Amino acid sequence: MLKALHIKLWRDLWQLRAQALTIAVVVACGVAGFVGEFSTHESLKGSRDAYYLASRFADVFASVRRAPLTLREKVAALDGVAQLQLSTAFDVQLDLPEVLQSVTARFISLELRAQSMHSASAPEPRQSLNVLTLRSGRWPQRVAPLEAVVSERFAQVRGLHAGSTLVALLNGRRERVHIVGTVLSPEYVYATRGGAPDDQWFGVFWVDGERLATAFDMDGAFNQLALSLDASANESAVIAALDRLLEPYGGVGAVNRDKQLSNAIVKNELAEQRVLGTVLPGIFLTVAVFILNVVLSRQVVTQRAQIATLKALGYTDAQIAAHYIALAVLLSTLGTLAGLLLSLWLGQVLLQMYAQVFRFTQLEYHSVPWVVVVSVLLVTLGAALGAFSAIRSVVRLSPAQAMQPPAPPLFKPTLLERLGLARRWDASTLMVVRNIERRPMRAAMTVLGIAAAVALQISGAFWLDAIAHIVDVQFRLVQQGDVLLNFNRPVKLTAAQHLQRLPGVLDAELQRNEPVRCSAHGRTVDTVLSGYALQPALLRVIDEDRGALPMPEHGVMINALLARELGLQVGERVQIEFRLWHRRQASLVVTEVVRTMFGKQVFMELGAMNRLAGDDAGATDAALRIDPTQLEGFYTAIKSAPAIAAVADKASLLRSFNETTARNLGFFTTVLTLFAVAMAVGITYNSARIALSERAWELASLRVLGMTRAEVSVLLLSELALELLTALPLGGVLGYGLAAGLMQLMASENIDFPVVIAPSTYGWAALCVLAAGVASALVVRRHIDRLDLVAVLKLRE
Amino acid sequence: MAAWEDGMAEPERTAVFVARGLTKDYGQGPTAVHALRGVDLDIYPGEFIVLLGASGSGKSTLLNILGGLDSATAGVARWREHELTQAGDADLTRYRREHVGFVFQFYNLIPSLTARENVALVTDLAAHPMSPQEALELVGLGQRLDHFISQLSGGEQQRVAIARAIAKRPDVLLCDEPTGALDCATGILVLQAIEKVNRELGTTVVVITHNVPISLMADRVLRLADGRIAQTQVNTQKQEAATLAW
Repeated sequence: MLKALHIKLWRDLWQLRAQALTIAVVVACGVAGFVGEFSTHESLKGSRDAYYLASRFADVFASVRRAPLTLREKVAALDGVAQLQLSTAFDVQLDLPEVLQSVTARFISLELRAQSMHSASAPEPRQSLNVLTLRSGRWPQRVAPLEAVVSERFAQVRGLHAGSTLVALLNGRRERVHIVGTVLSPEYVYATRGGAPDDQWFGVFWVDGERLATAFDMDGAFNQLALSLDASANESAVIAALDRLLEPYGGVGAVNRDKQLSNAIVKNELAEQRVLGTVLPGIFLTVAVFILNVVLSRQVVTQRAQIATLKALGYTDAQIAAHYIALAVLLSTLGTLAGLLLSLWLGQVLLQMYAQVFRFTQLEYHSVPWVVVVSVLLVTLGAALGAFSAIRSVVRLSPAQAMQPPAPPLFKPTLLERLGLARRWDASTLMVVRNIERRPMRAAMTVLGIAAAVALQISGAFWLDAIAHIVDVQFRLVQQGDVLLNFNRPVKLTAAQHLQRLPGVLDAELQRNEPVRCSAHGRTVDTVLSGYALQPALLRVIDEDRGALPMPEHGVMINALLARELGLQVGERVQIEFRLWHRRQASLVVTEVVRTMFGKQVFMELGAMNRLAGDDAGATDAALRIDPTQLEGFYTAIKSAPAIAAVADKASLLRSFNETTARNLGFFTTVLTLFAVAMAVGITYNSARIALSERAWELASLRVLGMTRAEVSVLLLSELALELLTALPLGGVLGYGLAAGLMQLMASENIDFPVVIAPSTYGWAALCVLAAGVASALVVRRHIDRLDLVAVLKLRE
Repeated sequence: MAAWEDGMAEPERTAVFVARGLTKDYGQGPTAVHALRGVDLDIYPGEFIVLLGASGSGKSTLLNILGGLDSATAGVARWREHELTQAGDADLTRYRREHVGFVFQFYNLIPSLTARENVALVTDLAAHPMSPQEALELVGLGQRLDHFISQLSGGEQQRVAIARAIAKRPDVLLCDEPTGALDCATGILVLQAIEKVNRELGTTVVVITHNVPISLMADRVLRLADGRIAQTQVNTQKQEAATLAW
């Protein structure tokens, strides 16, 4: 008996093909975003966990100035310590062939094993923790010149491979280094010295530990420690005990995995991915389900007479309901299937992007089954409920009643008219306004849907604004100089004059950065104390609201993130303890709290800091302004300057940063824009199509009465136009809220980004959605042109 | 003029609507439906014409072509200076807007507008319309100006439709089954409104109906069958709508 009804199902679907397509696209975007992003997150997490496990990633990490290897037994004997690895690491300058600027490299010691007589290749070094994975070439041997394996990503970016040779400035001596292989390290999944990904200007090298020790005068000593904990260990107790052991050797405070730089960044990125991968696609899926629901419910209403006929012919309510629910499910299934396919692509591309930044041994995309199931269930349920809620009111009618045209809908003067504000409105305007006011929920939902499209696009695009703001503050306002230098040990303040004598140096300004422990109100934070000139010119402190601030003449200036952590306010005292060279302590007044974007920072005037430290040291870093025409002379001189460990060239860093973010964020923004536009088309097209099918009769009558196509189009479409125009500003507000909410969700104890959205981002979002709306309107306009004028004379529906 | 005074035959009036060999086919080949098969027709100013005929006789097709809603396959149809058979969509729209008033079987009113506003919708487009109030008073709805459509009875709705159709002072009023959805008493009220428009404004009226008694109101009754005018009947004694019953 149901066979004919099945045919009707497919014919209806074919009739609805244009609407079905737009709905399917919206559903597909929602499903693809939800499944793709969430699965990317899970895939990344899985890859990370598998890699950490296989490479025996340590649990606790510590840096010291110089500690004797004999400390090994004492550390190993600490309660809870399972494995231990001691090593030496130094940041040095690299002189790459054909690269003007100097590149910074971290040289890390490897415990090489003697080569066996029977084996031709070098044996794997002894590695108890943070095990390197050899990706190409071989392990280094103890031969001259110095052999090294290098981080894979740096090698790729710089075109290095087994057989390449370069020059490194090891403790002031230029030494040839032979690359013999490339590796991955769990400690450098994300290779950076500071915070930004920098595979172009920062490379990690592993070399024979004995040779490194000799070069840096570290025989019988180490400066890096990593340990793993056994299952029963109390992490904070181990860290405290370790800190006590390392204290005499310039220990600056051991950290757990959460604070290990590479892992902290990976973790942070995963947390962000989780927010982006759930919040945005979640909204998307919700809106998609909502559109599906609205479209289907309206569709059912337009088939009122058909439903009545089916009832009159003897179909049961359940059969009719099942028919329409099947139509709904078919419609949604189309989108879901397309979405699942799209999610595979999206996930692959996203993961490829992460593979550029994060180096895991394996990074494979897997769709997460429960995410797939949840999205399918959500969409199907939304579709079925949409159809069901609409059909319930129709099947309740008796067939005779349903076959009658519905009574003229009830209208009344709108609120504006009752207030006497609409006296001059013409009949056409009244039609539009009354239509909206009669179904306020429908209009509100349409407005909300369009606004959501605008908001989603803003929430995707504003990252570029936020990044532009960060870049502007960090690279333009904070760093006024062109180059930042790290000395390999503290220098006297007279070094400024030496620097100024280097070729091309226009101006030089010294800073001192020392690891310190800050305490207040019973809380402690390990951070860095920075000493700047009273009125710094080349490296400044920028407050989000107040701009550049001078150093306080007495006391310290702390940033808001630290103030919050320690519960400090201006006028209170903070206890500061030096860590690296000595343990001098002082209690200082907080004279200023400054709002900066990253980390926990303490600033004071350089002279005051040196007096406080009471040592001979004067500066650890310098900021320079360079004559752009003399860069070559400058770098030639710098590359053989023994006191300089690392050089950061602002222009190069900015370029490489912009390339990375432009690529990654560009993709993300483009995808979200496309999704938002698809959504806007889905809402506006369906809204206009449904309005047309509901009012075709009315509009055709007006055409018969002499209205032109343009006039009836205006009647139909001005409702949509009004909704669009209301939705755009609302979308802007929602977009700001969504962006602020996302920032809030992603905020961590080390990041304090302001919500920055450029006017052009609002404008672009509005424009895209508006264009989608106009395009939909134009398509519907074509249907208006084809209205059957003759039919309205006879047919009621 | 002299000849008329002499009691000779009335001089030939100028027809406002002229059709010659009007043909309309739907489809082609053996499945084609011939809705009109060469209709010749002249309609004169102020005439009240009733088109009678069974379903499929061609009366609606004729009305549609007259109203500028449909095109002919062959033949000529002209409204005064308007060549309807050759006109494009824009010309036909202007023709409908300036010269034709339509009354539909199901009223086709805009439910979101009041009676007055429904009429205003058309008077806003017209060059020399009467006021919506005047039009509604003409059809006896002066007391229902600000009622929404859902607050009016079927007969009242149809009279609003007539007011809407005549408010722009059209040259011709085309009514397609104007009483088709109404009972007899209400239908007569509607017919009285049409009659009044014809008499007082001099508007040419063409009414399509199945309802034979209505033909008693007409100056001329055209019976259509099989796409042709099968019979023309001239009423020498028109009856008033109030006297009709069915």
